[in-house]
Amino acid sequence: MAIIDPRHAAKQLIYERIFRAATLAAALLVLLILGGVTVSLAGGAWPALRHFGFSFVSREIWNPVTDEYGALAPIYGTLVTSLIAMLLAVPTGFGIALFLTELCPPLLKRPIGVAVELLAAVPSIIFGIWGLFVLAPVLQRYVQPWLIAHIGALPLIGNLFKGPPFGIGILTAGVVLAIMVLPFIAATMRDVFDTVPPMLKESGYGLGATTWEVIWNVVVPHSRVGIVGGVMLGLGRALGETMAVTFVIGNAHRISSSLLAPGTTISSSIANEFTEAVGDLYTSSLIALGLLLFLITFTVIAAAQALLRRLERQGSAAI
Amino acid sequence: MKRRAVRKAKNAAFLSLSLVATMTGLACLGAILWTLLSHGLAAMSWRLFSQMTPPPGGQGGLLNAIYGSAVMTLFGILIGSPIGVLAGTYLAEYGRSSRLSTVIRFINDVLLSAPSIIIGLFVYEIVVVHMGHFSALAGCLALAILAIPVTLRTTEDMLNLVPVGMKDSSAALGAYPWRTTISVLYPAARSGIVTGLLLAIARISGETAPLLFTALNNQFWSTKLNAPMANLPVVIFQFALSPYKDWQDLAWAGALIITLTILLLSISARVILAMLQAERGSGR
Amino acid sequence: MPAAAPNAVMELQRWALIITPAFIIRKPEQSIHMTIMKRLAATAAASLLTFAAVAADISGAGATFPYPIYAKWADAYHKLTGVGLNYQSIGSGGGIKQIKAKTVTFGASDMPLKPDDLKAAGLLQFPMIIGGVVPVVNIKGVAAGQLHLDGATVAGIYLGEITQWNDPKIKTLNPKLALPATAIAPVYRSDGSGTNFLFSDYLSKSSPKFMSAVGANTSVQWPTGIGAKGNEGVANMTTQTDGSIGYVEYAYAKQNKMSYAMLSNKSGAVVSPNAESFQAAAANADWEHADAYYLILTDQAGAKSWPITGASFILVYKQPTDPAAVNEALKFFAWAYKDGASMAGELDYVPLPAPLIAQVKKTWTSQITSAGQPVWSGK
Repeated sequence: MAIIDPRHAAKQLIYERIFRAATLAAALLVLLILGGVTVSLAGGAWPALRHFGFSFVSREIWNPVTDEYGALAPIYGTLVTSLIAMLLAVPTGFGIALFLTELCPPLLKRPIGVAVELLAAVPSIIFGIWGLFVLAPVLQRYVQPWLIAHIGALPLIGNLFKGPPFGIGILTAGVVLAIMVLPFIAATMRDVFDTVPPMLKESGYGLGATTWEVIWNVVVPHSRVGIVGGVMLGLGRALGETMAVTFVIGNAHRISSSLLAPGTTISSSIANEFTEAVGDLYTSSLIALGLLLFLITFTVIAAAQALLRRLERQGSAAI
Repeated sequence: MKRRAVRKAKNAAFLSLSLVATMTGLACLGAILWTLLSHGLAAMSWRLFSQMTPPPGGQGGLLNAIYGSAVMTLFGILIGSPIGVLAGTYLAEYGRSSRLSTVIRFINDVLLSAPSIIIGLFVYEIVVVHMGHFSALAGCLALAILAIPVTLRTTEDMLNLVPVGMKDSSAALGAYPWRTTISVLYPAARSGIVTGLLLAIARISGETAPLLFTALNNQFWSTKLNAPMANLPVVIFQFALSPYKDWQDLAWAGALIITLTILLLSISARVILAMLQAERGSGR
Repeated sequence: MPAAAPNAVMELQRWALIITPAFIIRKPEQSIHMTIMKRLAATAAASLLTFAAVAADISGAGATFPYPIYAKWADAYHKLTGVGLNYQSIGSGGGIKQIKAKTVTFGASDMPLKPDDLKAAGLLQFPMIIGGVVPVVNIKGVAAGQLHLDGATVAGIYLGEITQWNDPKIKTLNPKLALPATAIAPVYRSDGSGTNFLFSDYLSKSSPKFMSAVGANTSVQWPTGIGAKGNEGVANMTTQTDGSIGYVEYAYAKQNKMSYAMLSNKSGAVVSPNAESFQAAAANADWEHADAYYLILTDQAGAKSWPITGASFILVYKQPTDPAAVNEALKFFAWAYKDGASMAGELDYVPLPAPLIAQVKKTWTSQITSAGQPVWSGK
């Protein structure tokens, strides 16, 4: 370790330069990957976008025979399934986070928390086959007929639940997605609830508020940023999910008003059709779908990250 | 008085709803694991690990698929984790507060949550199209790209957890940052970095979408890296969607194998992290 | 393990290469023992790279229509000769795409390419096997072969005009069958498929409305229903979904004991799908005068003909970039024509008649060449 020898010092400096360069190169590689993805997607999508122009995102038609493609059905499917997933997962995740932070006996906190997080470790293809072989038949035999009979008869909202009970379709895909993103939302919300200073909560209790009132009026406003960030992270995940959705969405390039109808999402269209797409325009249209998905998820995830970072800074400032 | 009763009722209602929500979440996990275990265990046998994927209606196992997944995961980690570790080191050591580091951290977190099918498309465009055919190599690259953000994030976080005192002592002895990092920081953050590796392995072993257009699939035994290679997720995809009972059984067995592997890895990562935190807590 | 044992010298060289650096590149603190353990791990990884693969020399991709019989043949051929055939059943559209991209040795498609397309791509096509597409249903109380449909009715179902199983149009064809009031769930192919081509071609011939609204091709815009991938996916989806109707190659219906329907053919007779009715449809085919073997066998005349019969084709390059691989493939096909015929019969596929096989082999010799010489070794 002696550094009096100048030759030794010079060698050490060289090693330092190499090491620094190597780590910088690795870090820049991350930027390069994102840049590469954007460029290659844009390049692959260009022929389709140039050919169809704006009509690519405004048409429903998807006809490989006449080579006419429109992204409206996949976009609709992606957005609607993610919306259903959020509508189901956010309240449930909120409930789980609430339970874990306020109601749960300390002994059970760890195991239940771990169990919920383990749901996140299950690969998405498992959700897909579970959805197809277990959930879809249950929905087809019991839930969907009930929905059609009872809610389908109602005036406005009834249009959402019309049509034959296929078992698979947009609603089923939404439910499967909800189960998939539930652990992310629950875990993020729980972490955010845990960072609320006990002093604030105690002040609320001191004023005579019930547990729910403290949560709704103190904890939630305080964790606003984190909640929104967690929800958006879950949304980003739901938008991009492929395997869980492909099994149960029904692969129909159509927009229907009914949630019980089959549809398609961007990622399942690509997964199903990419290896067989014959013709440059077809392949390019699929890549254009990929580009659209990338743009949508990038926006959502970037916004979520920005929010979560703001929270981190706020949190550390408060300490 | 009435208002108080209403408030109490609301309190009870919402708290019980939260209990219901938790029960629902646990029930879903239970349902999935139960289905997986009952279908998967029924199809388990030594055949799975000794025979190749069969033609429809034939008897067989999952050996080539398990092997392919193991190989591609291994090489994916071998390629991706050094990059992730080095990049994480850069962010922790050299780029504490520079503008570039902030951007890189941000981009990394975006890549962490990005849809894996996009990565598959990217690797298809730059590798498969140029090579002219599907290959396990392309699959490894896609998995490597997915492993980088996980290892980068955990490495950076773990290196930042090392007490500043250790770094200062090393610098006081005249060591350059590279020496400090390799001789002091890496050993100290060892378990954290290993956790990152385990999490990365868990992440990429379950991925299907990126392998769909890169490594494709192969019903025979193949060890060539520049040819399509069998892998568990795509085999499960193909077999589960088929009408053949034997294939569906194999799909469930494969699904069980993947899930157990990933759960084991996740739990190990957790245990190591807990040990690490206990170490820290016991006064260092 | 089927791998060939590596050359012993190569093995020694490799070991030397890996162990030696252990003594040079190691941390001072690390013992020789640790370093060797690490190098052993690296060896294991390196050996994965150098093992020669024995199987999977021929690669093909495409139609799911013939996949059950191709898989059976590949298995038997592998046991016989050790040569493997890696066939990816990704649909005819995929097969055409992959062969055009030269990522496989041969492509398989149930929709024959037109002679102009073949010439433009430099491809050659020839028929390999003949089979039939059958409608399959999942209706409670209806067993295989009980339901009777015709082209116009099926077209009506897939156009979304007939929505329930107890519709009068279906009842007229099945006066003695008790049909429930279940909603019909039509299942179609979501991927590029020759089976889809055969089925939509038949419906187009049976219903002018279908022809103008949907048309016939490997991939069409179905107005209603659920999409599934491959013959396998349609079979699976139909089995899973109550009240569904789908269309699959007969082997799939047979292997999975599905409820197939009978159809009325061009001559007005009601036929069941089996090798006999497929053969009757193929009997009238004039292969000799078909340019580039372009022939469509749907809706053929004849009292016993099954209306949705079709041949499945193989696509190879006339001047292949890898003549050795194509030769292996042609040897496999020649074996399949001769020794695979009985296996085909078990699955109710119809093997090609002998004169057609001879014609195909002549085409191989004359049209598939490399540097002026025929690629096929003639066996």
